Amino acid sequence: MYTPHTQRDVAQMLDAVGVSSLEDLLRIPDELALKEPIDVVPALPEYLIARRFDALAKKNTGANFRSFLGAGAYRHYVPPAIGALAMRGEFLTAYTPYQAEVSQGYLQAIYEWQTYICLLTGMDIANASVYDGATALAEGAIMALNATGRRKLLVSRAVHPNYRAVLKTYCDGLDVEIDEIAYTAEGVTDAEAVRKGVAGKDYAAVVLQSPNFFGNVDVLPSQALDAVNDSDTIAVAVVAEALALAALATPASWGAQIVVGEAQSFGVPVAYGGPYAGFIASTNEHMRRIPGRLVGKTVDNAGRTAYVLTLQAREQHIRRERATSNICTNQAHCALIATIYLALMGKTGLRDAAALNFERSRQLATAVSSVDGIDLKFAAPFFNEFVVDFHQNAAAVLAALEERGILGGVDLGRFYPELATCVVMTATELTTTADVDALASALTEVDRVGAGV
Amino acid sequence: MSAPVFDRTASPLIFDLGQEGRANRYVEGGKPLDRFVPKSLLRDDLPLPDNSELDVVRHYTRLSQRTFGIDLGFYPLGSCTMKYNPRINDAMAGKPEFADLHPFVPDALAQGALQVMYELERSLSSLFGMAAFSLNPAAGAHAELGALLIAKRYFRDRGEVQRDKVIVPDTAHGTNPASAAMCGFKVISLPSDERGRVSVEELNKVLGPDTAVCMMTNPNTLGLFEDRVADITKAVHAAGGLMYYDGANANALMGNARPGDMGFDLMHLNTHKTFTIPHGGGGAGHGPLGVAEHLVEYLPTPMVVAVKKDDDEAGPSPSDRLSFRLDFDRPKSIGPMRSFWSNFAHAVRALAYIYANGGDGLKRVSQLAVLNANYLRVKIAEFLETPYPEICRHEFVVSAQKLKKETGVRALDLAKALLDRGFMAPTMYFPLIVPECLMIEPTETESKETLDSFVEALRDIVATASENPDELFAAPVTTVVGRVDETRAARQPDLRWRPA
Repeated sequence: MYTPHTQRDVAQMLDAVGVSSLEDLLRIPDELALKEPIDVVPALPEYLIARRFDALAKKNTGANFRSFLGAGAYRHYVPPAIGALAMRGEFLTAYTPYQAEVSQGYLQAIYEWQTYICLLTGMDIANASVYDGATALAEGAIMALNATGRRKLLVSRAVHPNYRAVLKTYCDGLDVEIDEIAYTAEGVTDAEAVRKGVAGKDYAAVVLQSPNFFGNVDVLPSQALDAVNDSDTIAVAVVAEALALAALATPASWGAQIVVGEAQSFGVPVAYGGPYAGFIASTNEHMRRIPGRLVGKTVDNAGRTAYVLTLQAREQHIRRERATSNICTNQAHCALIATIYLALMGKTGLRDAAALNFERSRQLATAVSSVDGIDLKFAAPFFNEFVVDFHQNAAAVLAALEERGILGGVDLGRFYPELATCVVMTATELTTTADVDALASALTEVDRVGAGV
Repeated sequence: MSAPVFDRTASPLIFDLGQEGRANRYVEGGKPLDRFVPKSLLRDDLPLPDNSELDVVRHYTRLSQRTFGIDLGFYPLGSCTMKYNPRINDAMAGKPEFADLHPFVPDALAQGALQVMYELERSLSSLFGMAAFSLNPAAGAHAELGALLIAKRYFRDRGEVQRDKVIVPDTAHGTNPASAAMCGFKVISLPSDERGRVSVEELNKVLGPDTAVCMMTNPNTLGLFEDRVADITKAVHAAGGLMYYDGANANALMGNARPGDMGFDLMHLNTHKTFTIPHGGGGAGHGPLGVAEHLVEYLPTPMVVAVKKDDDEAGPSPSDRLSFRLDFDRPKSIGPMRSFWSNFAHAVRALAYIYANGGDGLKRVSQLAVLNANYLRVKIAEFLETPYPEICRHEFVVSAQKLKKETGVRALDLAKALLDRGFMAPTMYFPLIVPECLMIEPTETESKETLDSFVEALRDIVATASENPDELFAAPVTTVVGRVDETRAARQPDLRWRPA
């Protein structure tokens, strides 16, 4: 399929090449010839492909449930203008913009993305994107390791467990050690433990996430930051819910030098986990350590404004084993989607969406915690998600909610054995009063069942 | 073919447009933020522009018109496999039950998504002769990293921690040595022989008890089939090392020969190359990581696991009789490589493409990709040097070295002149061992007429090199900007807009 060759074309072309058949052209040595037929899904005409995927899609019944899932992937409103623009063939079918003269549009869009990420995080520079939030953390940690020459990392346990797991995968390869910092009864990183931890001056970075995995605002207080700076440790901030950047104080304002995160919230569908768009931003000091593509503004041979991929001496296709990273493909198209989202929403729209996330999550928290036997676990300020304690096995409660068509949250017992009675619950601007009421009323029933009433 | 019409008027940045308060009402107005959290936790200002939807639509439509994609013309970019991206794939990936499915939805409520991943994984395993694939890595280089982490773990388990060398041919993609370095391996670069192949003699000199992995692309980046691949894998295995197959060039042999049968232990695919996922300006990609039986337990988590259904519900496909779950409990796994399970939307696209072709169709895809490459090669050999004048696979290299000596015109000038004639330029100055190299990969989706028009454009450019080289030094002139000052970009980095 998708080959335009007529029989006549094939014959003429074989003749031009001077071989008699396609098999002769490929010349696979006998010992490598296929011994059995290839067993792939069967060939279908296009209308039956559409039907096949209709049938597969319908089996994802969870897509239509009332959902309070977040925890690193968020459902937000996506204006249709995004799809209309981003799916234009010029963007969709372009390669990495190596040939600047015919890629000015995409290069400018990436320059705008880099700027948006800088303005949102308060950092000086940002790259053209990396795979996702977790790999952004791994790459950001490598920047800190290279900057300090140290071989250990200090990471808060309130950082997304998936991000920490990926960091561990990367660190195993680099023979780098990770130590973890506990969270407090308030559900934030233990600042005193940070202060003590960095005193030995053997950590390259201290890593915090805000809002953290529990949804709580989690930044370094000034005393802990002073200790971090005095020990030449690099503060790395993780952002898993990028919409929070529109409301909360920037990571730069509390002392982060490197900010890594996930931009999925900016118009990218949750799509069962990807593709998303990771970002890395930093202070100017780390410019030559940042991995991946960077777009710079310059001029052409007639003095006109032009954009181009720059500082490529950091990259694998030039520097090979001495590159800052092996990354080649980034997430340009997801970054484009995020850029268009930010342009459409603007300052006003982002502020409004952030306010609605604050408001609806508080409505949800109030409704859920007013059910008998259910409490909020932590008292710290949160953005759009928070931890609920059912005081009974959370997985069982969630299963009971599923039977009522509700996805009640993410079971924390799966990541934190000590929180097996808790879930993290999320509300966004898309959460309705009807959703909140349905959950509260289902929880009332489930709770009675669980309590044996 | 004529060049696309580019709008040459300057394009302002989105930050230079708009007025504060010119808001689109996508959501209702929100309350003041300090109603919810103390002011001390909030940012003072959000210095982003407010633009009307119309202005945003015009802005990005204009940017799209200043961008060249496959949809505008021939894209003969070597090693990148810029084939047509069928629109049915995007339509399937965009179905609400896929696009709106949260990654933490329980397995029982996400059976369709898991079945997509399962069918893709099984199809790829059969097609490339591997025991299993992980769909976890986000791109080819990411899968390379995963493969080398597997190798490191495998040798550690066997008590062979002294294996710290990764052998990489000098024609390899830059990601190979860079990935090796990210796992703490030392890289040994292997010179190619005069036929442009890996030299078994040179390889034997460097193989030893410290060999961990040998990374190979077959066909290699010169477009040549590594015909001694069986000897190479035997030699590496005899030394106790593992063989890695860089699948960037899989479009040359898919359905005709299998890396598994060649003796490779590990491999990756770039489904955004071989399986028609749009490149999107440099990503998102998708890099399935395949392994032979002895390495399956090391694959990244999670894996999709199938069990026979106990009810008798059936469907048209064998996989309809199975149920699926994500398996995280794999003690020997290197662990997860990314936030969530896969670039799932791309798994949908790749599977839709396999459905469009079936096994026989995929075999023919490779054959026609090789036919198109060889047709271009013999036509272009009439007027440009081809350093390896033999049957190639899906791509080939030409050199402008002789032309440069005679006329001063370099590979770069030829590339820029092609832009003026409506074609994307080939990959330039890669692989590194060919001076003044252009690397050309037409793919199977291009017609003979398109190939002919490309040949004539290049022939005309080479003729112009002798007659009027200045015209080529000045190219491109039809594009929105001329040649860009890259030195200035690197010496005075301007990586973002700043408020006045």
